Amino acid sequence: MESAQKYFKTIRDVPIEDYFAPGHRLCAGCGASLAMKLAMKAIRMPTVVVNATGCVEVSTSLFPYVSWRLPWVHVAFENTAAVASGIIEAFRILEKKERGKMHDVIAIAGDGGTFDIGLQALSGALERNHKMLYICYDNEAYMNTGIQRSGATPTGAATTTSPAGKVIPGKQERKKDLIGIVVAHRIPYAATASISHPLDFINKVRRALEIDGPTFIHVLTPCTLGWRYPPSQTIKIARLAVETRYFPIIEVENGKVRINIKVTKPRPLEEFLEVQGRFRHLFEPENKHILEILKQQVEENWNRLLKLEEIGLYA
Amino acid sequence: MSELKQVRKIALTGDEAVAYAAKQADVDVIAAYPITPQTIIVERLSKYVADGELNAAFIQAESEHSAISICLGAALAGARTFTSTASQGLALMHEVLHIASSMRAPIVMAIANRALNSPLNIHCDHSDIMNARDTGWVHLFANNVQQAYDLTIMAFKIAEDPELLLPVSVNLDGFILTHSVEPLEVLSDEDVQSYIPHIPYPYRIDFDRPLAYGVMALPDTYMEFRRQLYEVIIKAPKVFRKASESFSKISGRLYNLIAPYFLEDAEIIVLALGSTVETLRYVARKFRGRNVKIGVVGLTMYRPFPEKEIADTLANAKCVAVMDRAYSYGGVGGPLYTDILSTLYKNGIRTMIADFIYGLGGRDFKLTDAEELFSKLVKSVEVGRFDQDIYWWGVRE
Repeated sequence: MESAQKYFKTIRDVPIEDYFAPGHRLCAGCGASLAMKLAMKAIRMPTVVVNATGCVEVSTSLFPYVSWRLPWVHVAFENTAAVASGIIEAFRILEKKERGKMHDVIAIAGDGGTFDIGLQALSGALERNHKMLYICYDNEAYMNTGIQRSGATPTGAATTTSPAGKVIPGKQERKKDLIGIVVAHRIPYAATASISHPLDFINKVRRALEIDGPTFIHVLTPCTLGWRYPPSQTIKIARLAVETRYFPIIEVENGKVRINIKVTKPRPLEEFLEVQGRFRHLFEPENKHILEILKQQVEENWNRLLKLEEIGLYA
Repeated sequence: MSELKQVRKIALTGDEAVAYAAKQADVDVIAAYPITPQTIIVERLSKYVADGELNAAFIQAESEHSAISICLGAALAGARTFTSTASQGLALMHEVLHIASSMRAPIVMAIANRALNSPLNIHCDHSDIMNARDTGWVHLFANNVQQAYDLTIMAFKIAEDPELLLPVSVNLDGFILTHSVEPLEVLSDEDVQSYIPHIPYPYRIDFDRPLAYGVMALPDTYMEFRRQLYEVIIKAPKVFRKASESFSKISGRLYNLIAPYFLEDAEIIVLALGSTVETLRYVARKFRGRNVKIGVVGLTMYRPFPEKEIADTLANAKCVAVMDRAYSYGGVGGPLYTDILSTLYKNGIRTMIADFIYGLGGRDFKLTDAEELFSKLVKSVEVGRFDQDIYWWGVRE
């Protein structure tokens, strides 16, 4: 089962128009670039994109070229949700005063700009109930500045500021439950998605845009440089994240959780980890305990989601 | 010109006067975060919106950083946008202040000037605005409540002038002006709205004419972007004069970049910003009665700096005293002092000059303080020099 609302039943229903133009400067095999292309397939009316500082921003707006065939705004790193709030409220009041027309507003930020530095602005915007969609593309570290750990980096992963050292083997802390934080604001719609499941993602973007209120999508976007795998493997790794239950695909509509992709027979987590350089050290015998912790987290999270789905509640 | 309409006089605090001006300006989006001593401004505005007297989106942000970011987004979307803050709030906004000017967002912001932490202090000084001095905004200073009202209305005219399109701050001294009730002349709503009609922001966000805002520019182009900011902000004095002239037609009050007082034959000239200008004027009148050739200059526009006007004014002064309600720690003096020093040097003017740091954290600068200071100036002129270049006036040592 995939997302409940099907605006695009097959890939043939997806519009041919690309509002995210080719020719950007993101890496070959970049998961985030695919997420952008797919998200832009779902727009339904005049739309503006508000982009936080990060990989997507720097690689799609290098003067004098721009990869966006719609209005695109970048202000800073931590305030994307706030800038988007101002834009949507301006459109609302200007429409009321007959001096402007409505646009959909899509805020886009990476995991650093969402889990960490932008969390306060995001929380404020969700609480204020603006009609906007916020998409967090999660590549699980500060990739734009050279792979530093973020609140989204999973336990055990090696980054340039959580290296796999002789004493400390990679990041010791747990990844934040972002969707939990978002859902705790009691917003009408929040979902996770993976670029390996494009129809699910595009349908979720459209679903979110149709809702009159704040909506949120957390999309996992593997990073060839940061996760250390060959560029040809991006989709495969994104799929493994789903099939190992590492990244569950869910949606939470009006507080009710639905697991969209039921992974009844999960692949071993090692299949997802072993193809990535950032986890290589977890296969050394002395780091086996970290691998176990990560496995436990994945299992615990999945079981928790199953229970939440069963009782019909998330937060 | 046209005959002046009947004058309506009401009593308001500085904060209330600013809120009333923003309401009459028919602002579209207000985003702010509470901070003393500006809070009353946004309280009043939220009430106007709640009572249906103002058709605007009132957004209380979760921080000043978000408040100014909301304003920036709203301004780019084509809304007339207002915010107000003070002290730590302005400091928290700092990053976005630079971005707003470079993105040419005509935001109007009232700043209820207040000291910076630490130690924590809620009272007046100019440390907050001096920290935001070089952000590419046009900075205006009010001397009294009437000016706070007038300059707020004029600020929209200046900010939204198609020749300029820059954010403008209106500074009013915390508590001294924000919380003091003064009688002031207010304009009719019709006059204000005909003075500042809503004109579409030329670069507003529009799907039918997509633009990219806030792009990335590397060393090969970044400098040209910044040069554009340099070239536009120097047009602000001209835009101010234009705005001021048309404002005088509806109000009968004409503002200049600087406000000279008793300058014709002045040998001693004292320069200041904000409410202290009024105190200095009052005492100057007294000293004139004693045949002391003393004059006062208030700067209505602080950025861009009215260099030519200041140079012309100081050309024949024997003695110049600069009043600084802030300090540049580790620098050569207070911020206004260093501006005046540069102006004198660039214009080949050699004269006695000293900096008077006063009123930090709301320490009163009373009439008696001004008298004492003027007496000090008179004595210094007699001996032909100051015994120090920087005085911390009224500090306990």
